[in-house]
Amino acid sequence: MIFFPVLAAIFVPILFRKLKSIHTGWFVLIIPITLFIYYTGFIQTTMNGGHAISSLEWIPSLDISFVSYIDGLSLLFSLLITGIGALVVLYSIFYLDKTREKLNNFYVYLLMFMTAMLGIVQSDNIITLYLFWELTSISSFLLIGYWYTRDGSRFGALKSMLITVFGGLMMLGGFVLLGIMGDTYSIRELIANASNLVGQEFFILALVLVLLGAFTKSAQFPFYIWLPDAMEAPTPVSAYLHSATMVKAGLYLVARFTPVFAVSEVWIWLVTGIGLLTLFWGAFFAVKQTDLKAILAFSTVSQLGLIMSLLGASAISYHVDAGTALFKFAGFAAVFHLINHAVFKGSLFMVAGIVDHETGTRDIRKLGGLMGVMPISFTVAFIGSMSMAGLPPFGGFLSKELFLTSTLALKDFNLFNFSTWGIIFPIVAWIASVFTFIYSFYFVFKTFAGKRKKESLSVEPKEAPVGMLIAPVILAVLVVVIFFIPNVVGDTLVNPAVVAMQAGLYSHPSEVLVHVSAWHGWTPELLMTLGIIGLGSILFLTMRKWQPLYNLQPELLSLNGLYDSLMMAGEKGMNRLSRLYMTGVFRTYLIYMFVSIVVITLATLFIKDAFKVDFNSFAPLNAYGILTAVLLILSVVMILTAKTRITAVIALGGVGYSVAFFFVIYKAPDLALTQLVIETITVVLFLLAFHRLPELKRHGESKGFRLGNFIVAAGVGITMALVALSAHSQKLIPSISQFYKDTVYSEAGGGNIVNVILVDYRGFDTLFEIAVLSIAGIGVYSMIRLKLPGKGSTDESK
Amino acid sequence: MMTFIWIGLMLVVLSILGLLLRIFWGPSIPDRVIALDAFGVTLISAIALLSVLFGTGFFMEVILLIAVMSFIGTVAFSKFIEKGEIIERDRNS
Repeated sequence: MIFFPVLAAIFVPILFRKLKSIHTGWFVLIIPITLFIYYTGFIQTTMNGGHAISSLEWIPSLDISFVSYIDGLSLLFSLLITGIGALVVLYSIFYLDKTREKLNNFYVYLLMFMTAMLGIVQSDNIITLYLFWELTSISSFLLIGYWYTRDGSRFGALKSMLITVFGGLMMLGGFVLLGIMGDTYSIRELIANASNLVGQEFFILALVLVLLGAFTKSAQFPFYIWLPDAMEAPTPVSAYLHSATMVKAGLYLVARFTPVFAVSEVWIWLVTGIGLLTLFWGAFFAVKQTDLKAILAFSTVSQLGLIMSLLGASAISYHVDAGTALFKFAGFAAVFHLINHAVFKGSLFMVAGIVDHETGTRDIRKLGGLMGVMPISFTVAFIGSMSMAGLPPFGGFLSKELFLTSTLALKDFNLFNFSTWGIIFPIVAWIASVFTFIYSFYFVFKTFAGKRKKESLSVEPKEAPVGMLIAPVILAVLVVVIFFIPNVVGDTLVNPAVVAMQAGLYSHPSEVLVHVSAWHGWTPELLMTLGIIGLGSILFLTMRKWQPLYNLQPELLSLNGLYDSLMMAGEKGMNRLSRLYMTGVFRTYLIYMFVSIVVITLATLFIKDAFKVDFNSFAPLNAYGILTAVLLILSVVMILTAKTRITAVIALGGVGYSVAFFFVIYKAPDLALTQLVIETITVVLFLLAFHRLPELKRHGESKGFRLGNFIVAAGVGITMALVALSAHSQKLIPSISQFYKDTVYSEAGGGNIVNVILVDYRGFDTLFEIAVLSIAGIGVYSMIRLKLPGKGSTDESK
Repeated sequence: MMTFIWIGLMLVVLSILGLLLRIFWGPSIPDRVIALDAFGVTLISAIALLSVLFGTGFFMEVILLIAVMSFIGTVAFSKFIEKGEIIERDRNS
């Protein structure tokens, strides 16, 4: 069923082309609804502690296959994805115009994304999990850049792509390490082997890498920066991807791997700490924003941090006795708030989209007093915001209470230094909640209350069409329903998910004895909520006075500034680096090559202790050999010191003839013959080429002396001499030439051993030498003859 | 007998060295070309003497070839000095 959306996506462009009269979204709508109904069928199974599993082989030899594993956690996410997916598709039908927009692209990307998300939450194999993970990155990239003619869209798409793919790759590293340590790619088997993994060398590294993946995807500090820029996407995309589903993939990952990693204190500290930091940071900066969707983006960041910190706290339950401690709450609270957040944030984004659609702006400074004209949107926004702020009688209140309970419990946890630092957690959580309260009010009242600003709006605001309101209204109703019947949601969805998350602690969903109720006595958390409401209200009413303080923060010191300067510095630095060594001068590259040859060869020679000279194996010197060598050296010196080209050519001829003479001395008549002919032809060719060259000024005077070149040249010469000496002194295997001597006449019927080797024993080499010569000949011919039109005259005409 | 050949070889080598000096310092290009031509001739005699020393007849071809090559080389150089070109033809035809 995972592949159902992406397979259906094949038909989307066809439907878009053929049936122009009907909005393509109506056909697409069928898919998530079908899936949603299909997945509700599993609720009974997971409630009884069971699971459903099906698999599709992909690369069995590498232990990689698509295993769809549905337990409580997967089912919860699957229902969120398909349920909110259906509502978003419904909303997008009215949001996107069927004549102006490229709907085929939109729905194909969206369905791709849906498959990818379902794949993430249901995969049991970590490699396919990674596959789907990257597919969400790609489809999210495509969706953010949907209006690709805008600069902002492309910038946001690129930024989110870079950050999430960075995290994804880190995560792949962690997965591979896990796969090696656990000797399996199956998550269930990893969880079963969790106790064996702990002591292993790379356990912490794998933990950090997997967390990096989760943090980048779930927009945790400091990787949250892509999320506000991703708000350039169409609003249905923001509502779906960047509030309800994709950003929760990281949370899913953390929840899924809690049984594997929870035994480590690093995991608890990182997840809880980063989560709380993100919670505070996102809430703090949400108040600064003026764009509706930016407020929601920062609020999403903050709420994701909240859930993340709860997931971290829930991992503590692995260390303490589940019966006595409060930490079993944390897992329940995390999952419960995850549902709440998906529901109310989806509705808020849809409202922001409606406001944008009906007034033409999302800038909160231009909006106000829309309550009268848009009553339904206002109601939805109000319910969503109050739930976000954590007020009764909305779903958010319950999860906020549970959250405060968990942070208070953290304070008393006396393991891993929590007893000294733990007090920070409830304080940070409380301050963050105050800011959450402020921006929730800011969002809803600055938009809908106050005076109408007629002059700043280009169109007359009016209530959205009914179709557009259906989805947000359904979500708003759900927000209220969750408050009144929290235990139904808890029993059907949350408890099985908690069992999956804390697999070692419970064996059946009904053992999770968390009872949520709106009223549970005068507890400290209720007092804290009252404090939040009190301080929040005061700060909200005086907001005009202190909000400009945010402008004191310079743009460069923000994390976005850091990202921008990092990108710039990276580009410039790499540019400078490549310009530094890619000089475009051939001489420089040759120096690189020669120096590396010298360094590598000499280092190998002496590190491996391979240098050895065995004087006994040398043949005795003779007089004419020495004389020829002197000749050769003289000619070479002449080439190097030659003042004109012609002298150098003549001297080169001298070198060639001396070498031929060497061949004579060492009794190789065939080589001597060939060498003489080739040398003569080469000299003639040099003369042919040289008279066409322009007179080089530098060459006419002197070659000049460069110490660097001299050192390199001397280095290469000495290295090669040393290598030749060592190679000659250590002959390991006897030569095979005796065989040729013995069989040259009896086997091949020839007297000239060199020629017989060339054409008989080793005829293949000769064949390809012939080929080389043919290619060279054809190449020369075509270079001289072929003058492409339009290239202008070649050099020879000068 | 061998002593004579050795002495001859020494003399040939000395003349080769003298020719090399001429090639090296030769004030004009023709000086050098002439020296190179003579270099070829001395090379022929050196190889002939060596063949006698080695007692082999395999280097006769080499001697013939050097003679031919030395001639061709000298002619090519001469023509180059004379006309600035070795093979004359119109490249653009």
